[in-house]
Amino acid sequence: MTDTAIRSDLDADGILTLTIDVPGQSMNVITPEVQRDLAAAIARLKAEPDIKGAVLTSGKASGFMAGADLKGMGALFGSGAALPEGKSKMAALFDGVFQLNRLLRDLETCGKPVAAAVNGLALGGGLEFILACHYRVVADNPRITLGLPEVMVGLFPGAGGTQRLPRLMGVQPALMYLLQGKNMSPQEALGFGVVQAVVPADDVLATAKAWVKANPTKGVQPWDEKNFKFPGGVGMFNPGFVQTFIAGTAMTAKTTNHNMNAPIAILSAVYEGAQLPMDTAIRVESKYFAKVVADPQAGNMIRSLFVSKQAAEKGARRPKDVTPMPPRKIGMLGAGLMGAGVAMVSAQAGIDVVLLDRSQADAEKGKQYTADRLAKKRTDPAKMAAILDRIHPTTDYADLAGCDLIIEAVFEARDIKADVTGKTEAVVGADTIFGSNTSTLPITGLAEAWSKPENFIGIHFFSPVEKMPLVEIIVGKKTGPQAIAKALDYVAAIRKTPIVVNDSRGFYTSRCFGTYVQEGLTLLGEGANPALIENVGKQMGMPVGPLAVNDEVGLDLSYKVGKQTRADLGEAYKPGPADGVIEKMNELGRFGRKNAKGFYVYPDAPAKKYIWPELVATVAGGLAVEQPSADAVKERLLYRQLVETARCFAEGVLETPEDGDLGAIFGWGFAPFTGGPFSHMDTIGIGNVVATLDRLAQAHGERFAPPQLLRDMAAAGETFYGRARLKAAA
Amino acid sequence: MTEAYVYDTVRTPRGKGKRDGKLHEITPIQLGTQVLQAIRDRTGIDTHDVDDVIFGCVAPVGEQGSDIARVAVLNADYAETTAGVQINRFCASGLEAVNMAAAKVISGEALFAIGGGVESMSRVPMGADGGAWAMDPAVAYKTYFAPQGIGADLIATKYGFSRNDVDAYAMESQQRAARAWAEGRFNGSVVGVRDVIGEIVLAHDEHMRPQTDMQSLGSLAPAFEAMGEQMPGFDAIALMRYPEIEKINHVHHGGNSSGIVDGASAVLVGNREIGEKYGLKPRARIRAMASIGSEPTIMLTGPEFVAAKVLQRAGMTRDDIDLFELNEAFASVVLRYMQAMNISHDRINVNGGAIAMGHPLGATGGMILGTVLDELERTGKGTALINLCVGAGMGTATIIERI
Repeated sequence: MTDTAIRSDLDADGILTLTIDVPGQSMNVITPEVQRDLAAAIARLKAEPDIKGAVLTSGKASGFMAGADLKGMGALFGSGAALPEGKSKMAALFDGVFQLNRLLRDLETCGKPVAAAVNGLALGGGLEFILACHYRVVADNPRITLGLPEVMVGLFPGAGGTQRLPRLMGVQPALMYLLQGKNMSPQEALGFGVVQAVVPADDVLATAKAWVKANPTKGVQPWDEKNFKFPGGVGMFNPGFVQTFIAGTAMTAKTTNHNMNAPIAILSAVYEGAQLPMDTAIRVESKYFAKVVADPQAGNMIRSLFVSKQAAEKGARRPKDVTPMPPRKIGMLGAGLMGAGVAMVSAQAGIDVVLLDRSQADAEKGKQYTADRLAKKRTDPAKMAAILDRIHPTTDYADLAGCDLIIEAVFEARDIKADVTGKTEAVVGADTIFGSNTSTLPITGLAEAWSKPENFIGIHFFSPVEKMPLVEIIVGKKTGPQAIAKALDYVAAIRKTPIVVNDSRGFYTSRCFGTYVQEGLTLLGEGANPALIENVGKQMGMPVGPLAVNDEVGLDLSYKVGKQTRADLGEAYKPGPADGVIEKMNELGRFGRKNAKGFYVYPDAPAKKYIWPELVATVAGGLAVEQPSADAVKERLLYRQLVETARCFAEGVLETPEDGDLGAIFGWGFAPFTGGPFSHMDTIGIGNVVATLDRLAQAHGERFAPPQLLRDMAAAGETFYGRARLKAAA
Repeated sequence: MTEAYVYDTVRTPRGKGKRDGKLHEITPIQLGTQVLQAIRDRTGIDTHDVDDVIFGCVAPVGEQGSDIARVAVLNADYAETTAGVQINRFCASGLEAVNMAAAKVISGEALFAIGGGVESMSRVPMGADGGAWAMDPAVAYKTYFAPQGIGADLIATKYGFSRNDVDAYAMESQQRAARAWAEGRFNGSVVGVRDVIGEIVLAHDEHMRPQTDMQSLGSLAPAFEAMGEQMPGFDAIALMRYPEIEKINHVHHGGNSSGIVDGASAVLVGNREIGEKYGLKPRARIRAMASIGSEPTIMLTGPEFVAAKVLQRAGMTRDDIDLFELNEAFASVVLRYMQAMNISHDRINVNGGAIAMGHPLGATGGMILGTVLDELERTGKGTALINLCVGAGMGTATIIERI
């Protein structure tokens, strides 16, 4: 068979070696062929008396197995497949997801010993495969990762993982790994009893075979033995068990804000399953799994957090016909917080950096930033020296000679930027790609300072650069494919996630994130309880409340940006209650965290910040008599962002919903469990989104008015991702 | 309609619910047995006329398991025809048992019925019976479960009671209880608990600290701050229900919360004719009864709502009630009730409460009904509203009226 996924070899000792080697894949994943071949192997194990036992191993040097094929799983999520006669959608879904679970149960109850010889990583379904074996030996390599990371993309281990891991290591430690998606090393797994042996890589297969040969009667799992003792105990009258679930549920509620389906389903599967015999336990697990996959959430999360993210990092938006041009030496103009961060991540990626600022002291200070961060992370001194050696602080533009990419992060003023741009071009020439890290000034205008505007592009980093995963690439009116390719090759080199957007005030991320803050300020200006605004912001899945984040940015900065925007837009500017709030705070000298007084008061540590008690009286004349409900606040904070992202799409700032979703999640922390604003609007239904926006516009103003595109989509019954698929197919 | 009358009320003194408590050596079945015997012996009734005994018990497992009410009936040498049933409405179990006894009398099912309860918290700890609410992840998650201490602190925060307010209330409870004991105000209902050789091991409430002052209370660390703010962080869950609150102010501690104690209570309820048969004078009429459900995360705000309901059922208003008795589960619960009902402290818990004397969960309702009836008689007043806040967000109340 050409599509064989598991090879079988029977040796002289009667040991059947099952080598998983999925054709056409660099890493083993669970495909229908894997399941088919495993079922056949189990049948052989049962039927042929000459076979004494089996060893399960991998034919890939890349590792043992990475688990389910997430891209291939797409069909499961919210699928409209025809239902078998007389089955409910959920029952049919259960039948589908239970197959693998039952197959692995068949393996562990086949009556003959099965050992797993694990030569590399075993994650998700890969780990679940080996947990269903009777003996597990892993290569002694600390870089091998074993774990069940499904929860990170909104899923949970649905092939016995929530049942076998607790039965091996105890409920409490198992929940830590199941709920946090944490990996363990072979030695850690050995300590927990999750694997039985860790040996040199070359001995793994032989050790597994030797165990099968020596243990012909050990083809029984501990949990199928009569005297099985659940590690750490189990049941309602075991205090440890009870406390684990009381605390685990509370912590899960707290960390998810009740927004995610998978973590609580994992808790229930473990809680209920641990008290059941294995055959029933895996059925209950599959029922919870079916519930999780039936909801659009997991599909949305997988698409954005896994599929789209990887695609973006692999160059989905890169012009295909431009030859790769990874940067070797960059010129970093400006050694402030952003410039220093860019220098750091570039040098870490092996790129030489000319770090230029007005004074040598400032340039040196920018380099020191990297030294301080690396020292804090206890980086190996030799490695640290090599990284620092790549950063050359200077004030001399002549030093930029030889740079193949320039990144500019100087003060946000057109004349200053034009000045450094011109000085740079004089040294490196206009054929070099020039990227501006501006967060507010339109790229098309800035590009006028570069003789070849096709080589001018926006490369928008987020602060702190070394921590924030996203880079927003802004394409000006005249930006050419070379510049886009170069910028994306650079982002790939520093291992960040790029999105590509077109020029607009605030581009995509700053513009849309600003609406969240603005709506929070508007609510405050209307006299809404600030605690309510802040709590709802966090509870809806934003990393911080709108007032707190504005305090971090600085209310003086908001004031300046607001004044600039007003000046730029002239008559087109529509003032709102938020302007009054910012103005008042500035009048009072309350600038935010920077001067320890803003919307919050910042007492000396360890005391925590608290909302300024006079806030609502000062900016709104006191609490409004009629307070909005939490749902109303949530709706406004959410839909204000949704409508702005939709406008960006309608105006062509965004070209794909993937860019929109990735930019929102990784750029400003938009509720990741939604898969991003476009996934979220698709899930809500565009017609419903329009109806809500119309209602909000009526009640609160034009800022909520849906763009015509949304009305057209609603009328045509379209979704953002549906349109994108059609466009891609055309 | 048949009326239900209260003929007698007894309670044990409350022993500290710890290993060094005086009642720790007394089994819960003995506590239940002795209050039943006291009721019988004080009234001289033939227990063939007692149709049912209803005992509240909140941790009905182990020694308190398997229908402790029926077993107490047998152990107390009641007629074997007397039935027994154990019920659980958490902290209001004892009062609910009295209400059920009254309902049985009113409906004609019973001539005499006894309501009350038993709880040996030193021997069967709180929470020993498990339960889905806190422990089943799907349920705890769906209902935003947080322990009652978080709810008590949330009440204080939401309704504006400071640490000083709750401590001051606690100190007053101690002083009132001390004065009541000193003046013998509890003597009518308290029966000493006897040991194996028939000696009295405890005749007074053991938990009281009459020397308590603001300074000693002020030195106690908040009890629910760690579980609220750090591990596992229940405050965040409470704030999902109450997002208008910035931060929960943790004000409660052992000194302003009800004490953990052992004890039992029994209340004899019957119709007019059966009382006349024994020449018993009805002490009070059960005028109305009610239970309600309320928001479970804040959990302990039920009393104001059940008070409104029971007053409405009785056709009465707040001003028709002479004395209020509300279990002192936590100081903030009583302070909020006083605030919501707009009643002054001199009309409520006039002889102290569970902060001073303790709260033997299943038994308390029967105890405080007796306490307030004794007080009505002592002062010549007419009506009282007895009320308890209840776990999982409930409230139970009874209005009694002297004849």
